[in-house]
Amino acid sequence: MERPLTQYIHPDGSPRLLREYVKDGGYRSLQILAAGMAPQDLQRLVAEAGLRGRGGAGFPTASKWSFVPMGSDAPKPKYIVANADEMEPGTFKDRVLLEGEPHGLVESMIIAGYALEAEVGFIFLRGEYHLSAARLTQAIAEAYAEGYLGKPLPGTAFRFDLHLHASAGRYICGEETALLNALEGKRAIPRAKPPYPQTVGLWGQPTIVQNVETLYNLPHIVNHGSAWYQSLSRSKDGGTKIYGISGRVTHPGWWELPLGTTARELLEQHAGGMVNDVSFRGLLPGGASTAFLTEEHLDLPMDFSSIPSQVGRLGTGTMIVLDDHTCPVGFVLNLEKFFARESCGWCTPCREGLPWVARILESFEEGRATHDDLALLDMHADLLGPGYTFCALAPGAMAPLQSALKYFRDDFVRHITLGRCPVNSKQKRHKVLV
Amino acid sequence: MLTDIERRELDDALKHYPDKRAGAIDALLIVQRRRGWISDDSLLDIAQFLGMTGDDVDSIATFYNLIFRKPVGRHVAFLCDSISCWIMGYEQVCAQIKKSYEIDLGQTTRDGRLTCLPIACLGHCERAPALMIDQDVYGDVTPEKVESIVEKYK
Repeated sequence: MERPLTQYIHPDGSPRLLREYVKDGGYRSLQILAAGMAPQDLQRLVAEAGLRGRGGAGFPTASKWSFVPMGSDAPKPKYIVANADEMEPGTFKDRVLLEGEPHGLVESMIIAGYALEAEVGFIFLRGEYHLSAARLTQAIAEAYAEGYLGKPLPGTAFRFDLHLHASAGRYICGEETALLNALEGKRAIPRAKPPYPQTVGLWGQPTIVQNVETLYNLPHIVNHGSAWYQSLSRSKDGGTKIYGISGRVTHPGWWELPLGTTARELLEQHAGGMVNDVSFRGLLPGGASTAFLTEEHLDLPMDFSSIPSQVGRLGTGTMIVLDDHTCPVGFVLNLEKFFARESCGWCTPCREGLPWVARILESFEEGRATHDDLALLDMHADLLGPGYTFCALAPGAMAPLQSALKYFRDDFVRHITLGRCPVNSKQKRHKVLV
Repeated sequence: MLTDIERRELDDALKHYPDKRAGAIDALLIVQRRRGWISDDSLLDIAQFLGMTGDDVDSIATFYNLIFRKPVGRHVAFLCDSISCWIMGYEQVCAQIKKSYEIDLGQTTRDGRLTCLPIACLGHCERAPALMIDQDVYGDVTPEKVESIVEKYK
């Protein structure tokens, strides 16, 4: 089984420097580009490969690129931004790449720049990823010294500059237009769309914002072609996926596997099943803003096209497991407190609605909730859903709530009838306020 | 007044941007790195350097949680309170910190040694619960391990 993204990452977590990266075929893709692959050919190759965005939305990368103005009349400069603001609760896949293979991002950014005739790249890195920052800084310096950055690609007029921007926190920066505002030194509040960043992005220039893991696929697509890339996957979307599992499983961790690996295989074979005396109740397939999947969904391939849209979506592919010793209401309360705190406050439904939801869930945990409160939760799950808010933060926050209300409704009702949390009242949890 | 070193670092950061105000977040982080936090005076120093108003810079400073507008201790412990760490018992770790150092989240020890803050998912979910002190991340933290971890930060 091939693991192009992670095969060389050192198991002990030590960094891979330029010499080692080049020895293993690093930066070879740039020679292929220089040998005569035009930007349009590269865009077509990525389309044929079936690369879809790994940041959560699964949007086809080539389609995203197709809106960027090309040719000599296109505005200059154009920008490529790596979204390394990994802060989706339960998600740690980009960190694995950034710490383990920092040159992979530099090479990937150069390729993306070449494909879109963009001359400047920014890596927008969350401020807490200090180790990633140190390793990326070194990789960028090495790439400049070696002439991969800052000098024309041999035989072409294409030259790429790359800068690292360490952020100062806040989950909303992961939203691509909020990220652009943050990069411009402003409050990270999402922008109205349209115009889309592809035409009017960073400082009003055409900009592509791309997830880290998505970018890391580019060198391998260039080196090995679209047919090979498709063959890596078990589904109609190409490539591998870095999956992860956290929660009360025997071996929490990450694995690069064919896209389309089932949740059951991940849970039972790779994570070693649940720890002793604990059983599986559900999982969030890809971060806090995805809907619960339960036992009946475990044989679904974990990709962008196999999870029915009325059930949910893959998200980031890093799963959080709910076990039978953990209260589903408390679980969702933790998520909603997170979203309430991380709301940027720009639009009223999100700013006011999420703390309201968190307070209602708290009343369940404290044994004060009534059936009216359950109806209020149902109402919020609809009214904070898609179409009512400025960006996708609140709808994302409602995905786990709405699905919990569906699959774990009995648990909510038991909190009302018992007048306490059946699980957590013994463990004295939830004493920490928002 | 910004120091010469701060100015040099800021000039360096600003090189990548087409306008000065884009460097506002970098400026806050650069100044905070040496001064520990962003006082009103620091805020105005930065505003003057970037050609912005103090209020404008403050609107940015107060938005981002890694910018401190109040003094913090010599070391800052960031306790991840997101979902995987919650499942694996961060609240017990929090209780231990409270017991050992007599501080709640958002507070600083009386000797100015340690501030403890909650933080969004640190991305170490496979080793939950996670705790970051200054720039060092610790995984699989238990209440029993808290004191031996914090011990290293004087």
